[in-house]
Amino acid sequence: MSTIPQNKSDKGFFSSLANHPNTDEFTRGLWRDNPVFVQVLGMCPSLAVSNSAINALAMGLATAFVLLMSNILVSLLKDFIPKQVRIASYILIIATFVTIIDYVIQAVSIDLHKNLGAFISLIVVNCLILSRAEAFASKNNVSKSILDGLGMGLGFTFALLCIGSLREIFGSGSLFGYEFMPSNFEKWVIMVLPAGGFFSLAFLLLIFNYFKLKKEGL
Amino acid sequence: MNNESLWSIFINTSLINNFVLAYFLGICSFLGVSSKVETGLKMGAAVTFVMVISALCAYGINALLTAINAPFLQLISYIVVIASTVQLVEMFVKKTSPALFKALGIFLPLITTNCAILAVALFQTSKGYGLLQSFVYALGGGIGFTLAMVLMAGLREQLVFSETVSVAKGTVIVLLVAGILSLSFMGFAGLGG
Repeated sequence: MSTIPQNKSDKGFFSSLANHPNTDEFTRGLWRDNPVFVQVLGMCPSLAVSNSAINALAMGLATAFVLLMSNILVSLLKDFIPKQVRIASYILIIATFVTIIDYVIQAVSIDLHKNLGAFISLIVVNCLILSRAEAFASKNNVSKSILDGLGMGLGFTFALLCIGSLREIFGSGSLFGYEFMPSNFEKWVIMVLPAGGFFSLAFLLLIFNYFKLKKEGL
Repeated sequence: MNNESLWSIFINTSLINNFVLAYFLGICSFLGVSSKVETGLKMGAAVTFVMVISALCAYGINALLTAINAPFLQLISYIVVIASTVQLVEMFVKKTSPALFKALGIFLPLITTNCAILAVALFQTSKGYGLLQSFVYALGGGIGFTLAMVLMAGLREQLVFSETVSVAKGTVIVLLVAGILSLSFMGFAGLGG
């Protein structure tokens, strides 16, 4: 999105941005079609590591990177991949990038790699990435696919960060490892347990649904 | 080499560390297909089958990759094995039971992206299980998955008759039920060794 058309009317920067035909590919992943809250995709490897904000952020960014790269490559190769073997080819492309990010995380922080464990490898089977490759990147050009990948990836990261923060604040009384709750705060142990993941997501979805219904005037 | 006993592996994977309820693996198909007990049961059987086959193949592949010193190919070769096994199951089900094929629909090819299956292959490698241990691990995982699926489907069949607040309809209520189910599975924690 290198060129933003000059808007002659006095609508301002943001509305001109909103009117740009390509902006939609980017923004809809952030909120309207948020992969976690609206499409409920790619939960499997994500809920498991969202017990602290930092883990959730790392997982989100790793997934966003793989999503972006696979979107680019699938979009570039869409004319060369035979239709019958497309899913297998997409998975191979995704697996390659996941292997790369796995080694990158290992190089950056051993602790983080230990915390996320096998769940980094499990990004391969994140339904979100495959569904974007199949539903979007294989039908659109590279620049649109980049925007779509960025939007969906950031939307996914945002959602994971919400779940992770919620679970860490109530479960450990801290955020990004910084303890701010008063010392007599009783930690909700359930929030860091697996059940807490289900409950936090259900709670966030509830809020999301509430606003959606309110907007529709019900 | 890990010398955990077979029985403890089985109890551990099927009940205590249930793939769905403790590790959040296979949530997509867990939420998607678990609206009827019968479909849930058959889906569980298909997943268990693919799991066992791919776990055994993964054991062989891992031995080979260690021998030629190429661990970075691990992930890619595992996923190829799983994808081909799923293809095989798909052809088999289509031939023997077209009704089931229809009921499972899109979720049958999606077994490929069922995290639980890849997870079995990855976890068994990182734990250093032998051939027999891998087999029991995959079997336990599959049975645990089926168990969670059937329990969930049973609850959802009853849920249809209850009045749900309009905000909580759909995914939200299912997630809440899953959370409670996950809590109750924590009761098994003292069982294993």
